[in-house]
Amino acid sequence: MSNDQIFISTDTPPAEPAALVDDFTPTLITQANHHLCPGCGEPIAIRAAMEAIEELELARSTITVFGIGCYTAFAHNLDVEVVQALHGRAPSVATGIKRMLPDGFVMTVQGDGDMVNEGLQEVLHAAARGENITCLLLNNGVFGETGGQMTTTTTLGQRTKTSIEGRDPHQHGHPILLSDLAATMDGAAYVARCAVNNAGNVARTKRYITKAYESQMAGAGFSLVEILTMCPTGWFVDTLEGPDYLQDTLAPVHNIGELKTPLVQQ
Amino acid sequence: MSTITVRGTVVIDVEACKGCDLCIDACPPRVLEMTNHEVNTRGYRYPRLLAGCTGCQACAQICPDFVFQVYKYDTPQELPLGESSER
Repeated sequence: MSNDQIFISTDTPPAEPAALVDDFTPTLITQANHHLCPGCGEPIAIRAAMEAIEELELARSTITVFGIGCYTAFAHNLDVEVVQALHGRAPSVATGIKRMLPDGFVMTVQGDGDMVNEGLQEVLHAAARGENITCLLLNNGVFGETGGQMTTTTTLGQRTKTSIEGRDPHQHGHPILLSDLAATMDGAAYVARCAVNNAGNVARTKRYITKAYESQMAGAGFSLVEILTMCPTGWFVDTLEGPDYLQDTLAPVHNIGELKTPLVQQ
Repeated sequence: MSTITVRGTVVIDVEACKGCDLCIDACPPRVLEMTNHEVNTRGYRYPRLLAGCTGCQACAQICPDFVFQVYKYDTPQELPLGESSER
């Protein structure tokens, strides 16, 4: 079938006059090669975060704090300052940095195993204190780095390595919906949840991240953007099924949308 | 053989691709197609472009390995359609 189809050469830029509308990587990602699995959603989310930093011209004042997870290896590819925190403790490290450097732009990048399992109190206390930092939660519902074990954000009935029959509320408890929890805190200024399972949601992710950054730069208080990401390796599904699996499994429980927007209310 | 209006094109960094297929489903005009047997140096299949790209950047936004560079033509081009694309 494919023999009679005409493929267009994609080795070099076109000879005809054309405008470059999207380059390989944003300038803040220095090296595109990374060690994350095929079909992973985390590079897509981090790309959106870096593009937003670039567009708001925050690159020189940015200090990011990374938690422990697959995405930690991606820190080597970034052209912003990165501090490595203990498992789950990134919001507390970011608190210290922001209090010492109030003019700096401080954000954390954490996974669900890091932020919700290991460091739930850190992020909730930071939200309650109204620390002027931005936290990004890359939520895929499993411990991807260790091979797909259940986390607290795993949805009921979701099959993981440590809940083979699906998550059972009597045995494993109910999922913690972190953004909904953080949105109830008075210190939280901006809380939103989005996903990277299709191009429209990626654009929305970048919009939410930009709003969270703007809220920090305005000194409004704690901001959190939860990003649902694909983890086909940890979910044991095909890479092509990843976006649909996210839509069917995580998205119905972790509802996508803005949960708290003080900028609108003002 | 009929022609199709092409508003954009992409440059694909084949060696960076990990063959995850996300771009195939993300492409609105569905003009990306995965190779069947050809693989890059690391052994992954990679996408190829058929006529009909609109330069919408959906592939570049969804790609976890940043293999796409998207161009939009100043004036739309007319390219011949492959036989199996004529339905």
